[in-house]
Order: sequence, then C-alpha cells, then structure tokens
Amino acid sequence: MSALSLRIQIDGETISVPAGISVAAAIARLPRAFRRSVSGQARAPFCGMGICFECRVRIDGVAQQRACMVPVRDGMQVATDG
Amino acid sequence: MAEHYDVVIVGAGPAGLAATEAALANGARVACLDAHANLGGQVWRKDSAHGWPRRARRIINTLLAHPAMTWLPQTQVIAADAGELLLQDEKHALHISHNALIIATGARELLLPFPGWTLPGVTGAAGLQALSKQGWPLTGRRVAIAGSGPLLLAAAVTARRHGARVLGIYEQASEAAVRDFARTLWRWPGKAWQAAMLRSQLADIPYRCGSVVTRAKGDGALQSIDIDGPHGTQRLECDQLAVGYGLVPNVELAQMLGCALRQEGAHPCVNVDALQRTDKSGVYAAGEACGIGGRECAWFEGRIAGLAATGASVGATLLKQQQHARAFAATLHQHFKLDPYVHNLAMPDTLICRCEDVPLRALDGYDDARSAKLATRCGMGACQGRICGTALAELGRFARSGQRPPLFPARLSTLGEISSLSDTEGFVS
Amino acid sequence: MGYRQHVKSYDLIIAGAGIIGTACADYASQEGLRVVIVEPGAIGGGATAAAMGHLVAMDDDRAELALAHYSLQLWESYTGIAQIEYSRCGTLWVAANEADYARIPQKLARLASFGVQAERVEREQLYRLEPTLKPGLHGGMRVPREAVVYPPGMARYLLDCACARGVELLRDRVDVMTDDGVRLSDGTQLRGAVLVATGCALPQLLPQLPLRARKGHLVITDRYPGLVHHQLVELGYAESAHGDADSSVAFNVQPRPTGQILIGSSREYGSDTPQVSMPIVRRMLERAFNYLPALRQLEALRIWTGFRPVSVDGLPYLGRVPDRPNTWVAAGHEGLGITTSLGSARLVIDQWLGRSTAIDSRPYDPARVAT
Repeated sequence: MSALSLRIQIDGETISVPAGISVAAAIARLPRAFRRSVSGQARAPFCGMGICFECRVRIDGVAQQRACMVPVRDGMQVATDG
Repeated sequence: MAEHYDVVIVGAGPAGLAATEAALANGARVACLDAHANLGGQVWRKDSAHGWPRRARRIINTLLAHPAMTWLPQTQVIAADAGELLLQDEKHALHISHNALIIATGARELLLPFPGWTLPGVTGAAGLQALSKQGWPLTGRRVAIAGSGPLLLAAAVTARRHGARVLGIYEQASEAAVRDFARTLWRWPGKAWQAAMLRSQLADIPYRCGSVVTRAKGDGALQSIDIDGPHGTQRLECDQLAVGYGLVPNVELAQMLGCALRQEGAHPCVNVDALQRTDKSGVYAAGEACGIGGRECAWFEGRIAGLAATGASVGATLLKQQQHARAFAATLHQHFKLDPYVHNLAMPDTLICRCEDVPLRALDGYDDARSAKLATRCGMGACQGRICGTALAELGRFARSGQRPPLFPARLSTLGEISSLSDTEGFVS
Repeated sequence: MGYRQHVKSYDLIIAGAGIIGTACADYASQEGLRVVIVEPGAIGGGATAAAMGHLVAMDDDRAELALAHYSLQLWESYTGIAQIEYSRCGTLWVAANEADYARIPQKLARLASFGVQAERVEREQLYRLEPTLKPGLHGGMRVPREAVVYPPGMARYLLDCACARGVELLRDRVDVMTDDGVRLSDGTQLRGAVLVATGCALPQLLPQLPLRARKGHLVITDRYPGLVHHQLVELGYAESAHGDADSSVAFNVQPRPTGQILIGSSREYGSDTPQVSMPIVRRMLERAFNYLPALRQLEALRIWTGFRPVSVDGLPYLGRVPDRPNTWVAAGHEGLGITTSLGSARLVIDQWLGRSTAIDSRPYDPARVAT
C-alpha cells in the first residue's frame, strides 16, 4: 500500500519515505530529538495522537506544529531542535 | 458566513461514524470533523501500511461517498457557542453552524509520571499503537509494553505487526484480578473472542501481572527500564517503552459549551440521558466522552445520538445493546482498577508538567490548579494541562481548571480574522 | 450570634494579597509592626494575575507620572530575583502616522521633566530594533530602561519577604468592616488599623469610594524567541487607555522572557463576567496584526480576562478613608497597578505612620471623591 514514496527534507537532509506516514514517523527514521524542552531535554512523541505536544517541529516554515498530526507531503521541509 | 448543517459531529471514531451514518440515513445534511487526517479515530485509525480494519473501511467508504456528508479532516474546534463552532484546519479558519451537535471526542490515554517518562523512546501504549500505524519505524526494535487493561494486548499486536520485538507485557493488575476478569467475559462473547484472538497472537510473549515499570533510564533516549513485580525488581534493556494506564474522556468541548459533567473516578465525563442528550439543547454526546466504554459501546451510543439528533425513534434493542456494552466497561474498570502504587511512582524531581518542565516537588503546598499554575507554570504550556492536569487529578492532587477558548492551541489568525461567532458575548468559561 | 468571638489585635490589618496588598505588607513589616494580611484566593490571583506586567511611565497625567516614576525607581531593587522574571526589554512606542509621530517631542519633554530617559526613534532605526513591524510606520519613541515582570511572582515574593518578618497570612475573607477592625467570614474578629487593598472588590468594603471594573483580554502564544524584542505599544494607546469608550482596543505586545508573545490590550466597561468575548479578541488581534503581521501564523495557547479597578478620575485611592476610624485604602490603579505598586505602598504606609511622603500625596487622597 505504501509503494509510493515521497521525498522530504528534515533539517536539510533529504530522505525518501512512504506516502501516508506522519511527519513524526518520518523524523523517527533519523537519529535526532524532535524538540528541546524548556530546560533543554531531548523530547520525542509521547501520546502519538495530538494531545501532548511533545513532537512539535517546524513544518514548511511554520513553527510549533505537531508532527504526529501531519501526513508527509512531497517536498516538505521539516526542522527539529536536533 | 457560517456554513450551516443539520448535524455536526465532532470526532470520527466509532461513535462519530455511527452518528454520521444514522444522521445521514435520516436525510440530514451532516458535517463530520476530526483533528486527524483520516476517519476512524484511534481504535479504527488508518494504518499507513495496512489501511483500515475491514469493517471500518466499509463504513468509512460508504460515508465518504454519501452526497449529504461533508468530511472535514485535520480540523479542530477552537471555540464553541450555542449553535456555532469556530474551526481551524491546516490552513484556514472555518465557521459553521448547526441544528444539532454530537460530541464524539473520544478519549485520550491516562499517562502517569514516573522517573524517566520524558525520555525519547517512552510513549503511551495507545500512543505506540497510533505511532505504529503512522509508520513509526519499529522493525527489529525491542519494545516493552506496560500499564493496564486489554489495550496493552492490542498495542502489542500492532507493534508486532510492524516488526517490533515485543519483549513482554507488564500489567499492573494482579493475576487474580485478570483471571476474574477473563471469567466474566462469557457475558460478552465478542469481547471473549477478541481477547482470545489477541492472546493467541501473543502466545509467545510474556504477560506479567502485578508488574509496574518504576523507572526508565537512558542517556538522551531510552535504554532500559526497571520493572517491579511479584518476584522483585527486574531490569530490562529496550528501545521503546509503551506505557498507558487506561483512557480518560475528552470532555473539553462539552465543558466549553457548559454541558453538565459527572465524575467517573478522578476524571470528568459528559452526563447524558438514555438518548445521549446533554443538558444543553441540541447538544448530544456519545462514546468515550460519556465515560470509557469501549468501541462497541461507542458505536451504539453514536447510533443513538445520530438517530435522536435527527428526530428518528430509537429502538429498544439498540438501547439494550448500549446498556450491555456499558456494563462491560464497568467490569473492566473494576478488574483493572489502578493499584495506588502506580500513583506514587513520581519522585520529587520527576517532571510533572512536560511542557514547562515543572517537577513534582514544586507543586507541594498548592491545592488548586490555578494557584499552582500562577506560581510554578504547571499546566501553562501547549498541551493546556491535558497531560499534567489529568495526571494530577488521577494522583489525587487537584483537577484541571475550567475551559476557555482556544480549545486547542490555535493560529492567531483563526482567532483574529474570522468574522464574529456572535455579536454578543456567549462564551462559557 | 452563633459564631466564635475570637478577637485578635494587630497594628495593621491588610485586606487583599494582590501586588498592592503584598507591597504594603512588605513595607509595613519593615517597621517591626504586627501586621496581618487576609486573602481568600490565590496570592496575586486577581488583577495582578491578569496584568501584562509592563513597568511603564505613562506621561499623560502629571500625578500618574510622578507615582510611576517614584515606583519605577523602587523596582530597581528587584531586578535580580528569578521568580519576578524582571526583563529590561524597554518600551518602544510606535507611530502609525504623522500625527502620532508629531506627539513624540512633547512626550519626551514630559518624561525628561521627571528624569526618565527616552529617545526618539527614526523610521530606519525602528526597523533595526524590530524588523517584524509592518512596513510604512513613521518611527517611534524608545524608553530603554523600562521592563516587564511576572506580577504574581512579585506578589508572592513580597508576601514571602513580609512573612519572613513575621507578617501573618490568613486564608480568609474580610466580610465586614467593624468600628475597630474587621470581621472575617469565619466570624473571627480582628482589631486594628485597616488597609483595604482588594482591587475590584473595593466597593464591598468601602462603597463610598466609586470604583468601576474595566475588563481586559490577553492572548499568549507558544514560544517564539527573538521575534519581538521590546514591549511594543502604539502611540495612540493613551486614547484607548484613558478614553471612556464602552470598549476599545490598542496594539500592545510584549516579549516574555520565555520567548512567548503576550498580546493586549482591550478595555471594556459593562461586562462583569470573566467569559472570553471572541468579538473583542478578534478586534484586539486585528489591531495587533496591523502592526505585526507576523503574529498571524503563531500559535495562541491561552486567552484570559481580568478586571482593572478604575477610580472616578483614573488616579488610585491612596490614603485615609474619610469618615471612618483608622481605615486606609490602596486601590483603584486601573492598568498601572503593577508599575505603581511599590510607590503606592510607601505613600499609604508613610501617611499612616505620620511620616512625610516622598512625593506629594494629595492627588491620590481618597477625600477628593468621598461623598
């Protein structure tokens, strides 16, 4: 079902991912934190369903978007806190 | 101008879909919206690799093809007033009005703090299931599943289907309680079959009762967990921990509309009558928002609400089915009741508010959410207290304070550019 | 009557633990007096919690400016205390048009007469200071030493200082003023001089002092560090703040030390419920977008409302309450209570102690309005 693959950029790195997955699932393919907490801790998705806001990243220039709620789109630019 | 619908249904899980189906069948013009990109909710979430479960796919495809159905994906309610909603999708603010509103907002997971719960690699149990279906890479990953309830089994099956090595399932309820629960299942043959299916798929995976994950450890990401069980403490190396202690109703929309709530344990749920009517005229609620009852219950209640909201009569059989399903939920709660031990896992330095990094210690001396928030920032972050407030209520500290717009964080343009909902103040705090 | 007749004596009974009451408790306790402060709700939980926390000298009224200037000097002792979140971001008054810009020299002169450092900002410099401002603005005025604080944090800090010196905190409500003190809602009688600092609740205890509640809304965003650097206020702000319209909005945006953006401001008479009014929020945000279009795509986390206690002439009531034995008041600061809290406390306590005051106390004397 996921034969179709898309290319997206995460922190400048281009990766191919199956269509239909979430931005969160795409980011998880790379070794990096999604965001840094207010005291600097690495954080990653926790609730998986848009409640906890731990997976916030910048998507196509718009900051503070929940990666678990957004499906990948071809050419999407994602920026994490590393 | 607000687009008008006969019935607006918030939430596209089983309750929302059943309501949509029933309302459409009665000739209503229906809008169904959900924060997610696909219909199905959590339990029928579309899997990026495997699609929807068969039954869900059939229902969803039929509904999407219906000419009187408007599906609003990735759409959240930001503010609500009698007869009107301010919505936001990925790009725009929308303004819709309705004759009847059906709240089918489902549930979120009960996520309780313990040392290390903020480490990347630690998720909810339903959380891992949701992530698996989103395409979260699990192939070859060592996964531990913990917490409470039958959901753990479902999470294990899903994780395995996505290539995870499930190391074990750690249930906080005692072996005796779980055995008693299994004995009651004959009353719900569907549930018994479901449980048997899950168990048979997981036959080779250890299922440990009376076991609680007390700590997650790792340097920047999860490396190991400590599990406290009947035979002492065990250390387990793993890449992913999925830990959830059950479900909590999403009542925020109902609360904003001023609907009466009732407490179920430490958490509020929407109070409805036999026809799923709240105490606000034209506002119905169905499914998990009315108390955790499971998928079948949600389906029956959604159907009742959809019929009632369109003036159709609700048959006695349907009402009986709903009551029977609700009774199952009560049994479930009774047998998977949380051991007070899991309320006391957080240490003084364990972060409770993950948005603002507020440790448990900082909350000592505060006995209401507002004072604690003003003094410590607990609950001030992006989740609006959904995680810490729910956990603190469960821990017996204090309940979350009232609900104001925005119901979820919203683009300022949504709040600032849409024409007014009404010219007079009507928002309930 | 059925209630217990506890009577306790104090030198001073303060009703209200907002920023005004706690500042009074802090200052009075420095004299070694027996002080009690009575508060049923959260510390700094009324207008204090609803305020933006902008420390600003408004120059539209001389008496107001005198009190603000005096207080701002006192605030300098609190710059290093973490829980107060003092951030000297400065105020940047923005001129939308030629008329706004033309008012700057007069404002500079008035501020200079009190020794407040301020400077005119040319158009090019305005965009260097705040690149996200909308193009086409005319310039502005910068007051570099002004700051923002976290008001509930200050109220708690002042209370902690006071309590460390022996001030007692009673978690109760002052129900009634008696001939020689107050009675609390649990029936306890307190005897002593009374200082009422209950903000918008003033009329419940002192109905002879006219006071109206003026509702305000604030919106706070998620964290966007570096987007805005100064407290930004439109030069037309005073019209909104001092006008008597039923409702008005003004561009008033603040960078919190967290990186969050706090967006104000609205003023409404005639609404006494704390409910969020979406039409007002929309007007307020439209005004803000007009100056800072980049706000549009930021995520708003919360909206809250609060009530400003407004006296009959816009100046606070600070001093002895006429026709009442040993009763004092510090209330009615409208939107300037955070800025003027410290000076207000000194002015009232110094008068109560029979001392001379650092600035002329007569403009704030409650006798001016008592009927």
